[in-house]
Amino acid sequence: MRSSKSSTWLRITGLIVVLCLFVFPFFFLLLNSFKANTAITSNPLAFPEVFNWDNYRNAFEKMNYTASFFNSLVITLLGVALISLFAAMTAHYFVRNNTKFNQYTFMIMVAAMIIPFQAIMIPLVKIYGSLNLLDNKWSLIYMYLGFGSPLAVFIYHGFVKGIPAELEEAALIDGCTRRQTFFRIVFPVLAPTTATISILNVLWIWNDYLLPSLILVSPENRTLPLSTFNFYGTYSVDYGPLMAGLVLTVMPIMLVYIFAQRYIIQGVMQGSIK
Amino acid sequence: MIKEKEWWPRLQNRLLFTGPTLFAFITVMIVPFLYGIYLTMTNWDGIATSHTLVWFDNYTKVFQDKVFWQSFGLTLKYVFFTVVLVNAVAFLLALGLSRGLKGQNLFRAGFFLPNLVGGIVLGLIWQFIFSNVFVFLGEKANIPLFSYSWLADPEKAFWALVVVTVWQYAGYMMVIYIAGLMSVPHDVLEAASIDGANRWTKLRRMILPLMVPSFIVCIFLTLQRGFMVYDVNLSLTKGGPFKSTEMVSMHVYEKAFLSRDYGLGQAEALVLFLLVAAITLLQVYFGKKMEVEA
Repeated sequence: MRSSKSSTWLRITGLIVVLCLFVFPFFFLLLNSFKANTAITSNPLAFPEVFNWDNYRNAFEKMNYTASFFNSLVITLLGVALISLFAAMTAHYFVRNNTKFNQYTFMIMVAAMIIPFQAIMIPLVKIYGSLNLLDNKWSLIYMYLGFGSPLAVFIYHGFVKGIPAELEEAALIDGCTRRQTFFRIVFPVLAPTTATISILNVLWIWNDYLLPSLILVSPENRTLPLSTFNFYGTYSVDYGPLMAGLVLTVMPIMLVYIFAQRYIIQGVMQGSIK
Repeated sequence: MIKEKEWWPRLQNRLLFTGPTLFAFITVMIVPFLYGIYLTMTNWDGIATSHTLVWFDNYTKVFQDKVFWQSFGLTLKYVFFTVVLVNAVAFLLALGLSRGLKGQNLFRAGFFLPNLVGGIVLGLIWQFIFSNVFVFLGEKANIPLFSYSWLADPEKAFWALVVVTVWQYAGYMMVIYIAGLMSVPHDVLEAASIDGANRWTKLRRMILPLMVPSFIVCIFLTLQRGFMVYDVNLSLTKGGPFKSTEMVSMHVYEKAFLSRDYGLGQAEALVLFLLVAAITLLQVYFGKKMEVEA
């Protein structure tokens, strides 16, 4: 499509204006995280006169940052890894053993994706509460496997169908067992799909609030979004540390984004097409 | 595919390959869902070890709970504006970014930025923006619209939620629209240009009809996220001022976990689920009818 010079300039200017609207909240957040409370309230737009790291030190301690960061990290990494591995295995099994039973099971999984979390949370808390499985990050990881499987199985299912069955038959004839075929041939071939699914799940689990807020009760188990929200609630008069706390929460995923930006956006694209 | 002949290895493989996901899926989603239906027929308060069956009393109460329907109405209004605005902004951004613009990756990355951060943190950031940055601007530059915090005024607090939601999701939907635009076949557009179609005609007659699948996906996602909004609602307005912005998700949460009326809360959650499922499925059904082949 050809377009004239002036209309291109108009378009770029428009995009830059919108981009500024998208980025400015993060900019002011960063700016104010270095200022003392009085400086923030007297002029939130001004640059900090001195870069004051006290806010960060303060927030880091009060939020119990290290502990919550590692809780978030363990829960996200394990959750994502388990969902990807087990969902790929299930999808592979469903595609290669296309029995009526498997077809129906797959259909139920896909249909269940429409159930929102809010329709399940009350009985979920009651059941796992009566089994004494609340306030435990391993139960939370297990729940992520349950909630994350349907979408992951659905996406993998589409891609496993694209792998020629001859490839696997050749491996079986050469003496591979079924498990070896999966781990040595199918799973590696599915790597791009695994990347897509992992990206979608990292964004979901790392930032999730409602489910962990119901499951994790004691402060030492809190994930980053929980401790941030809690910190904000108990500290709501002193803006400096609050801003620093938010920056600390946003920082890890932003650092990942700087390096993996292209893959993350591609992952979202791929995930939406299926 | 060669199948295992013996039943034992066959069962072993079935358990290994489908066991973990199916077991987790059933115990985390299906059992609670079914148990939830049973819970709606009881008067459990969350503490007592026993509860009695009250059958359909809770459903009658759902229809009498004025606050529930008020927050449902508010949520409908919120969903309407966010679905329209998110998709309009996202589609325009995608159009602006799809034609080999220099630095388009930088733009995409920037617009996608809010999606890296969860609703809770976004709400907290915007709480600061609305009640400090905007108020300061309003006082200095004498803009009456910003002279006091939006979050202190019931009507404006609602629009604050809409603004933050549009800002939050436009980038995500933009990425999906870009994927859709890239799949519009180039030769069709070129043929139209040769036949003398201008840019507006091409957009209306070719691009929009061919993009129907992307619209179905994006509208589905925005509808579902809109109806189920909780994080931003909690951290930006906490339902306030004076419960004026309490969306239906938050209402269900409070009924169950704060008022300790689990049966009624779950009944409201189920009614909400059925309404949302009906609306989204109708949307997909009618959307599919509009799909065309290039």
